[in-house]
Amino acid sequence: MELLSFGKTGWGDELFYATLMTIAVSITAMMVGFFFALFFTPLKLSKYKTLNLVGNFYTTVIRGVPELLVIYLFFFGGSGAIMYVASIFGYYEYIEINAFITGSMAIGIISGAYSTEVFRGAIQSIDKGQFEAAKVLGINKFGQFYKIILPQMLRLAIPNLSNVWQITLKDTSLISVTGLVEIMRQSYIAAGSTRDPLFFYSFAAVLYLLLTYVSMKLINKLEVKYSRGY
Amino acid sequence: MDFDLMITSFPKLLGATVVTLKLLSASLFFGLFLGLFFAILRLNKNIFINKFAYGYSYIFRGTPLLVQIFIIYFGLGQIEYLRTTFLWVILKEPYWCAIIAFTLNTGAYTSEILRSAFQTIRPGIIEAGKSLGISNKIIFYKIQIPIAIRQSLPAYGNEIILMMKGTSLASTVTLMDLTGVAKYIISTTFKPIEVFIVAGGIYLFMTFIIHNVIKYLEKKYSFQQ
Repeated sequence: MELLSFGKTGWGDELFYATLMTIAVSITAMMVGFFFALFFTPLKLSKYKTLNLVGNFYTTVIRGVPELLVIYLFFFGGSGAIMYVASIFGYYEYIEINAFITGSMAIGIISGAYSTEVFRGAIQSIDKGQFEAAKVLGINKFGQFYKIILPQMLRLAIPNLSNVWQITLKDTSLISVTGLVEIMRQSYIAAGSTRDPLFFYSFAAVLYLLLTYVSMKLINKLEVKYSRGY
Repeated sequence: MDFDLMITSFPKLLGATVVTLKLLSASLFFGLFLGLFFAILRLNKNIFINKFAYGYSYIFRGTPLLVQIFIIYFGLGQIEYLRTTFLWVILKEPYWCAIIAFTLNTGAYTSEILRSAFQTIRPGIIEAGKSLGISNKIIFYKIQIPIAIRQSLPAYGNEIILMMKGTSLASTVTLMDLTGVAKYIISTTFKPIEVFIVAGGIYLFMTFIIHNVIKYLEKKYSFQQ
């Protein structure tokens, strides 16, 4: 227990901040994922074959390739890509992207592929009459989606999105390979300096279990809220 | 685009794929038995056995695979007693540690898949077996298990693909699997995109094969023939 005390002698405060970091990365990644899903879901549902192909390419590649490989691509290729873009605009200095951004982008793209599939499934299971009714009422395409389809879709999507959240939360442990100090990295550091890996990794496991447990409880509440009236 | 690098790294990555496939097949093989064992425990009426099996699957599904590997590879070596037993012969090898971690992980997911498959078997089928005078044991092995396997094929196919991606974590405990070699080539050449295309292509090819084999099996063992 001494090892977990706060202050200079223990690892309690470090692990506490690391847990906050894990939560921050997970939420950012989930948001990035939603952003990608909002872009790719319409592509997957489009009438045009080429757009379908682009959408399918994204979800198939990301879901078929290990998360760790995607993270390595971002970790080693991220600053190179940014510098290439910057060089087009005439900026040739070395640019380093911080580990938080690299990590949440990489995990975000992965989580986005899963979210896209969830949204696609949810939209497809909405009654066709809803689309037609919206059209008949003369609502424009934008309004159709945001005012009519989206609220109904969310209700159907929340249970599956909670799975995506769990996957995202667990995937953030992989960012530790890039050096971002979240739960896994902090446990690695603590285990290295105290030579007590069993304790610290087990404690990390407990922290993750706690995070998944608490978020499940919160999502269940959300689910109840969105299924009012059904 | 450095096509030469892509061509020269292809055989190296293909060689590493063998390690990935070995890890995958070993952990799936052991994981299937472990999953079946825990699925049967979950269906047990004794509340302690039931809770124990639930706890196992909850812990292994609620924590990242990386933590599990690290606990087994770095953590277990710390227990002095273990070092004196014959188990140490296995636990000091990263290869076996990875397989143990993957087995425990996939076992947890498989137990959930099989449990739900067992629970969806209609009671009428079991009653029909009973009224034909078939013993409980034979009903279980010859009726319930085959139906459960068929039920769980689609979900188990997903689990195989997830596990194949999971084996990439073996590279964190010094194993040179497909991801490990890819990382090594990236960090020596600093050409992440080229290596990603080749290594990712190999992974996608394996996903494609697994997906189609499962689809074929689903069709072959479908109920409506």
